[in-house]
Amino acid sequence: MESYTIHDYDVLVIGAGGAGLRAAIAAIEQGARVGVVTKSLLGKAHTVMAEGGMAAAMGNVRPEDNWKVHFRDTLKGGGMLNNWKMVMNYTKEAPDRVRELERWGAVFDRTPDGRINQRNFGGHSYPRLAHVGDRTGLELIRTLQDHAVKMGIHAHMETTIYRLLTDAGRVVGALGFNRQTGEFLVFRAKAVVLATGGLGRIYQITSNSWECTGDGFSLASMVGADLIDMEFIQFHPTGMVWPPSVMGILVTEGVRGEGGVLKNSEGKRFMFDNVPERYKGEFAETEEEAERWLQGDRNARRPPELLTRDVVARAIRKEVNEGRGSPHGGVYLDIASRRPADYIKKKLPSMYHQFMKLGNLDITKEPMEVGPTCHYVMGGVRVDPDTQATNVPGLYAAGEVAGGLHGANRLGGNSLSDLVVFGRRAGMAAAEYAAKQSGSYQVDEAQVRAYIAEALQPFNNPQGENPFALMKELRATMQKNAGIMREEGELKAQLEILANLKKRAWNTSVSGSRAYNPGWHTALDIRLMVEISEAVVLAALARKESRGGHARLDYPDPDPTFAKINHIIRRSSDGTLTVVAEPLPEMPEELRKIAEAKDLKELSDKVGA
Amino acid sequence: MSTVTFRVFRGDRNGGELKDYTIEVQEGMVVLDAIHQIQAEQAPDLACRWNCKAGKCGSCGAEVNGKPTLMCMTRLDTLDTSKPVTVRPMKTFPVIRDLATDVKWNYEANKKIKPFTPAPNTDWIMFQEDVDRVQEFRKCIECFLCQNVCHVLREHDEKTGFIGPRLLVRTASLEMHPLDVENRLDMLKNEGGIGYCNITKCCTEVCPEHIHITDNAIIPLKERVVDEYYDPILGFFRRLFGSKKQTQAPSSGQAADD
Ligand code: SF4
Ligand code: SF4
Ligand code: FES
Repeated sequence: MESYTIHDYDVLVIGAGGAGLRAAIAAIEQGARVGVVTKSLLGKAHTVMAEGGMAAAMGNVRPEDNWKVHFRDTLKGGGMLNNWKMVMNYTKEAPDRVRELERWGAVFDRTPDGRINQRNFGGHSYPRLAHVGDRTGLELIRTLQDHAVKMGIHAHMETTIYRLLTDAGRVVGALGFNRQTGEFLVFRAKAVVLATGGLGRIYQITSNSWECTGDGFSLASMVGADLIDMEFIQFHPTGMVWPPSVMGILVTEGVRGEGGVLKNSEGKRFMFDNVPERYKGEFAETEEEAERWLQGDRNARRPPELLTRDVVARAIRKEVNEGRGSPHGGVYLDIASRRPADYIKKKLPSMYHQFMKLGNLDITKEPMEVGPTCHYVMGGVRVDPDTQATNVPGLYAAGEVAGGLHGANRLGGNSLSDLVVFGRRAGMAAAEYAAKQSGSYQVDEAQVRAYIAEALQPFNNPQGENPFALMKELRATMQKNAGIMREEGELKAQLEILANLKKRAWNTSVSGSRAYNPGWHTALDIRLMVEISEAVVLAALARKESRGGHARLDYPDPDPTFAKINHIIRRSSDGTLTVVAEPLPEMPEELRKIAEAKDLKELSDKVGA
Repeated sequence: MSTVTFRVFRGDRNGGELKDYTIEVQEGMVVLDAIHQIQAEQAPDLACRWNCKAGKCGSCGAEVNGKPTLMCMTRLDTLDTSKPVTVRPMKTFPVIRDLATDVKWNYEANKKIKPFTPAPNTDWIMFQEDVDRVQEFRKCIECFLCQNVCHVLREHDEKTGFIGPRLLVRTASLEMHPLDVENRLDMLKNEGGIGYCNITKCCTEVCPEHIHITDNAIIPLKERVVDEYYDPILGFFRRLFGSKKQTQAPSSGQAADD
């Protein structure tokens, strides 16, 4: 019989990106025994790819900024579907979390007077993103990694969780395997924090690394945790489109923050014609005004290139569809004609290298070609806004895998600070919960054996399908039928395709040994990816309107009835998923006033309140 | 479209062999794309480590035609593809399987470096010109390619007495942090083994982040060690006036951040 080793922890953290590491640090600080599991090596998680910065209303560049303005901007960007309490906790705590990173050794870019510098980004009313050139995610993860090592973190590197384990409705651990050896591991834990990141890999064109296969959503859903708003997926407006092998790799929004402009094949800055109703009056109306803004004129309004990502991505799609795209199916992003070469190289060094190396293009001389790429999922595991607890006792979620903070669309820069604010909250709450668990909790041996058998099944199935081919099919069909523009017929067709893929996901064949075997890993990934794809498609079908990261060709406008609901995606005991509409939590009057403020000065006068 | 043959190492820590795979390639492809294509079409159990495919995570280091490099940042059109392209794992670390190596040693050796220790009661004011050089070191993506080429580790396998260029860079990032007050010179001299480095600069040559490992990190650290241990008077004054951060300017005139 297959053997396995057992590890005991108070808190098991799954994932070692920003949220997972911050959760682990918080739990260790509470005195918990903490284990961290990561599919990669420490410090390699998708967080390293975050470029632009982390939003926090520190007011270092514009003293008028404060949490209220950030609160308002975040809700506005999210189409008001955000969980207001999460947004409040987030915007109030983010500045402390940034300063904490500095105390742990992070070295952010500085203002002329020696404080943490902040840059402009789409949807943020003031320069708000603490940053390090265009490698802010690397700085964040390295700082947390170093600090976690200092705290004595116990990391299981290159280890995949196959399933969560439950006892009487509580999560009591997880079953996983060491990717390097193929050995199985049972983690017994009083509490589990999911920090598994996103699901970009269910799409063909994505900025996400291979790890973003949506494991956490599926693992949680399979033990009965509710998911929320899974239809909202962010297509970042600027991914590389050429050459084909790099399609989807991110071009940071920082390019536009630093003055880069979007042009179509006719040389027109088309974003001026694409300002939605709710943002009217907040953006520059002429190139001349946008130019003055770039020069630092505080009376000028910001250029429309800095509209929220959903708006910009759709505008690019429209230009391309109407025949005004660039040769490789994107539009032009031009910083070369806006800033001196030295400045570009200093402020955007990774972008400069990325295009030089991968695209044979000098961005200080020529415009880039860019187009939308799947970047982020706003929806996720539904959590309590204070503790990040799911509806399943013992299970917590933080970071991209958790839903609620970003509503229908996430503002750039709001992810990195999300990770540390809610990673910390989740780690603290999980440790507290674990400390209260006395008595015995059981890992069901038979369940473990059954899971191991099914995980190994592809090795004993010589007639099964090639897992890579299946993966390709899943990603291509999701891209086509449930991508940036959606429509009922295609979504329904995708449901059928998924039903078929679901069966085939259990009939794959792999060869070779269990040590570091990518074919086997892919075969197991698909089983989870089809589950989460189904949740996305069901939620997308249910939302008969267009809002934020969810755009329907058959319902092109926002619909006031849908403005009042979140979608809960729930698994019944027979395994089927249903979508339930739930009214948004009631926002207190005082906060509603902040959220709906027209004039920013109103909010800034009450600094410190 | 054309066909290219890749000669890829297949094996584990007990040895292995190069195997040929011929695939159709497209414009703009990088070596990692080719490896993935081989996985998908011919050898599903071909092991390689990668995460970002954008040169940001440092997972995909390998030796392509003998040259240590990130597979995701090496375009096929920079290689001579009329002959087979050889892809081997990094030599300095034990092979787990195929192209994936066991780099655990780096994480262990890292524990020798004392963590960041800020001055108590600092106001956290730091100027950009004072953090420029630290930021250069913090660009490191931990690809361990420098560790892979350093002869002290590669030829002499000195993994107990020497921490290697990557970890010297990390030590420099802490030692030169304007607000750090910890002293790591003793570690550098002893367990860190900075004396093993004879400034061949092979590490600097392979660094994908273009960190001036030798000029900006190792040489200034060597100077500090020398001052501390072989010039006791200077070392005494430095301790007395607590000026460990300010005494050295970068020893090369090269840009700290390219
Ligand atoms: S310069 Fe020093 S650290 Fe770098 S490769 Fe040569 S001996 Fe090794
Ligand atoms: S210093 Fe350069 S070569 Fe060495 S690990 Fe860091 S990025 Fe890689
Ligand atoms: S895959 Fe991340 S550096 Fe190559």
